[in-house]
Amino acid sequence: MAGDRKPLGLFRNLNAKIAALPMIATVLVVFIGCTLWTVVYSFTSSRSLPMLNFVGIDQYTRLFKSSRWMVSVENIAIYGCLSLVFSIVVGFILAVFMDQKIRFENTFRTIFLYPFALSFIVTGLVWQWILNPLGIEKVVRDLGFESFNLPLLTDRSLVIYAIVIAGLWQGTGLVMALMLAGLRNIDEEIWKAARVDGIPTWKTYVFVIIPMMRPVFVTTLVLIATGIVKLYDLVVAMTNGGPGISSEVPAKYVYDFMFAWANLGQGLAASTVMLTTVLIILIPWAMLEFGGRKGRAG
Amino acid sequence: MRYGLIAALSASVAFAGVSLAGAADLEVTHWWTSGGEAAAAKVLAEEFDKLGGDKWVDGAIAGSGSTARPIIVSRILGGNPMGATQLNHGRQAEELVQAGLMTDLTELAEKEGWANFIRPKSLLDSCTFEDKIYCAPVNIHSWEWMWTNPDAFKEAGVEPPKNWEEFVAAAPKLKEKGITPLATGDGWQVNGIFTVLTAALGGKDLYLKVNKDKDGEAARGPEMKKVIQALADARSMADPGYVGRSWNEATNMVMTGKAGGQIMGDWAQGEFSTAGKVAGKDYDCLPGLGDHALLDTGGDAFYFPKNSNPEVTKAQMKLASMLVSKQTQVAFNLAKGSLPVRGDIDMASANACMKKGIEILNNPENIIPSTDQLRAPDTQGQIEGLAAEFFSNPDMSVEDMQERFAEIVESAY
Amino acid sequence: MAEATAIQTRSHAHTEPWGAKPKRMFAPSTIMVYGVLIVAALYYLLPLYVMVMTSLKGMPEIRLGNIFAPPVEVTFEPWVKAWSQACTGLYCEGIRTGFWNSVKITFPSVIASILIASVNGYALSNWKFRGSEVFFTILLFGAFIPYQVMLYPLVIITRELGIFGTLTGVVVIHTIFGMPILTLLFRNYFASLPPELFKAARVDGAGFWRIFFQIMLPMSLPIFVVAIILQVTGIWNDFLFGVIFAGTPNFPMTVQLNNIVNSVQGVKEYNVNMAATILTGAVPLLIYFLSGRYFVRGIAAGAVKG
Repeated sequence: MAGDRKPLGLFRNLNAKIAALPMIATVLVVFIGCTLWTVVYSFTSSRSLPMLNFVGIDQYTRLFKSSRWMVSVENIAIYGCLSLVFSIVVGFILAVFMDQKIRFENTFRTIFLYPFALSFIVTGLVWQWILNPLGIEKVVRDLGFESFNLPLLTDRSLVIYAIVIAGLWQGTGLVMALMLAGLRNIDEEIWKAARVDGIPTWKTYVFVIIPMMRPVFVTTLVLIATGIVKLYDLVVAMTNGGPGISSEVPAKYVYDFMFAWANLGQGLAASTVMLTTVLIILIPWAMLEFGGRKGRAG
Repeated sequence: MRYGLIAALSASVAFAGVSLAGAADLEVTHWWTSGGEAAAAKVLAEEFDKLGGDKWVDGAIAGSGSTARPIIVSRILGGNPMGATQLNHGRQAEELVQAGLMTDLTELAEKEGWANFIRPKSLLDSCTFEDKIYCAPVNIHSWEWMWTNPDAFKEAGVEPPKNWEEFVAAAPKLKEKGITPLATGDGWQVNGIFTVLTAALGGKDLYLKVNKDKDGEAARGPEMKKVIQALADARSMADPGYVGRSWNEATNMVMTGKAGGQIMGDWAQGEFSTAGKVAGKDYDCLPGLGDHALLDTGGDAFYFPKNSNPEVTKAQMKLASMLVSKQTQVAFNLAKGSLPVRGDIDMASANACMKKGIEILNNPENIIPSTDQLRAPDTQGQIEGLAAEFFSNPDMSVEDMQERFAEIVESAY
Repeated sequence: MAEATAIQTRSHAHTEPWGAKPKRMFAPSTIMVYGVLIVAALYYLLPLYVMVMTSLKGMPEIRLGNIFAPPVEVTFEPWVKAWSQACTGLYCEGIRTGFWNSVKITFPSVIASILIASVNGYALSNWKFRGSEVFFTILLFGAFIPYQVMLYPLVIITRELGIFGTLTGVVVIHTIFGMPILTLLFRNYFASLPPELFKAARVDGAGFWRIFFQIMLPMSLPIFVVAIILQVTGIWNDFLFGVIFAGTPNFPMTVQLNNIVNSVQGVKEYNVNMAATILTGAVPLLIYFLSGRYFVRGIAAGAVKG
């Protein structure tokens, strides 16, 4: 393979370098260049247009004093924790049930997974319709429970849970599919051994299978966690941040300040904070996954 | 073969060229998407197409200004500008103008003598930057109105209110009848209510102090507290369904008697007239909420981003000239329910509410600048966030709101 | 994420459930398993059901009836209206303009991103050069950077290139952001092919491109299918890039859907909104139902994109 070719100069293996050019450009310009640009300009007082008038950490001070940002952070934390816990627990349980030699496995899988094919905008609009006062609330009231209230979209302390419900509806199927693949990967001998020893099924799952599936869990965790930070479309379609500011999220804060409220510096500071958060999640995981295996090249 | 094709093509171009010489498609972005607004935009499109040659390509962006503005601004910044765009005149376009991204209209404006007929003068002032004119105002919109449905009040057994205090007093009776006293939506609409209350209850002095002079002391004072207290009253008069409601849905609630009233700018009038409602009979209007009859002279203006195509630039000038022309001003503003920017045209066909507005504006003392003119978008955004938060959270105290409002006012630039 | 792909590829080999011991047909535990699965299935189906039912009702029925009831009087008018008459501003041409815009965005984006990523993945697996692994690692990290971080500089870059607010612009953006996951997909796939093939071709004197076109491509149909499914659904469902980079006349269907639903003239027409929503979801759903197993593999790999 290429390894036995001596890297003698720029023109060695030229075709491969040409083929990799888009990647190199993307890495250098977009992933590194743009990110650095954002970090640098987050220390300026840029308004609609980027300008290099540095103001130290002013933008960050203001960011963490802003109640809208704090609400956004709180919301993303609630959304994050709940969707992590629920999608993993529910996804795993569904996968276990799917793994019981059931009939119609393909039908069930299709049903659990189809929401994932939909856009967040579609998901948001559907759940907005189901949860609005003409939806479930009206149905239950018509059944005779006149005082039934389901203010999921209108109550400022509940609205984030409405978004969690919609998010879970869309995402749990994927977790189920990943977990199911993980379960299918477990050696049958393990089950045989457990059966011979008379260990109850649930105990086998908790003490044997789950620990064996650690890589699947970790991967799923990272996938969900990094997806959470990007939460934007769903909120825009479902609540647009309302009532008031109660369902705002960081990604929307960034967008609004960059484009709507003409305070670029503030938006960039917020996005830098988002970046830092992702790195905090990502780096320990990367070190855990790749660090032990080989020393170089990450 | 290839030459033949080109020859055929150029022949057809030459043929069509008689009428098309120098024609351009002018993409115009705006956020006029409600019934009355769309009707008004149509007037402009038709008038423009009638001029011949150039064509109005409609680039409506749904949602409110706060949804559309980022799209518009990012396109101009991104160097792929539209031919013309609606913005609220004031500080929204300030930096775009500074950065030299807008076409200079001074020559046209001087030739046509805009300064002579555009009133109030402040409209043109907010289009002016370093003595050059960069936008064409098309209408005057004032926020300081309340629209009420007298029948809703009669049904609840109370007299239709003449001012904010009576409105507040009548609210419990409306609620008993299952009528929402105050119809509103979220976000900028709540911010609008807050601004209107500042002017109508606090008066011109207070309004200018907190919005123009960024006077933190006034923002902390007892007058302001009264205003915020009124916002708390408004909060208790809205229904929980206000979340996600568009302003014209709220207007519709008033029209159909599901709600008693709505605080909304005079563009709501367009909805009433599109629905065939008669001012003074089917609905009432209270400028300045019936307290301080002050009106701001914000409104919409068209900006013309700089363009490399000279045909487009020519078309831009044509549109700019058309927008302030007498004929367009009358037709457009009747459809939109706003007031014309010209003092020299006959608005005899205006309805009772519009006439009230014209009368108030005749006295310059009654005119206040709009918050779009006074506040940077950043400040506007912060205040909107604060007002929306306060409105959605019944546990947030008046004192808390006032302190945070004062902090924003002090840090404004 | 490397695991995710690997697992999917491996599991595909044996689809037999390993699970616990087989159960009798009507044992309580069997009933419980099916009970839970059916309840869960109902929860997942409910929104689709509500969408379809709502879109087939007239407005009066929606106002009076309940959202779960099937329509008393079936009407397809909302569908017609959503497709060809719903208004955003002056234009009342329905969501079909958005549909065609999405088609115009999706096709070139899918082709460009897959072309670049497949060649790139091939180079990374068979023709490593100094630094190629470093670039690849950063590329993978890039998949996790929130888009917001790169948004504004990308506006500037596309502006400087003169492609901001054009179809080309949004295609380039999709190609860039599709690169990490697609490259990973192709690199892992090519690396899993028997190395003897590659070595034999080298001995025969075949070069970079010839090996790619004559040996690698014919063997990699499945991974191309996965990549296409992944990209079509991902790009079709995109909102953020469409709204910023495509420009007003090129708004994709998702953006237009959000526009139509939010531009209310008079009262909200929930039936039209729901019909428009289904129409927007139809393309990825269709792909999903048609492609079955490939889709599962595709999204398992593509979940990185979030």
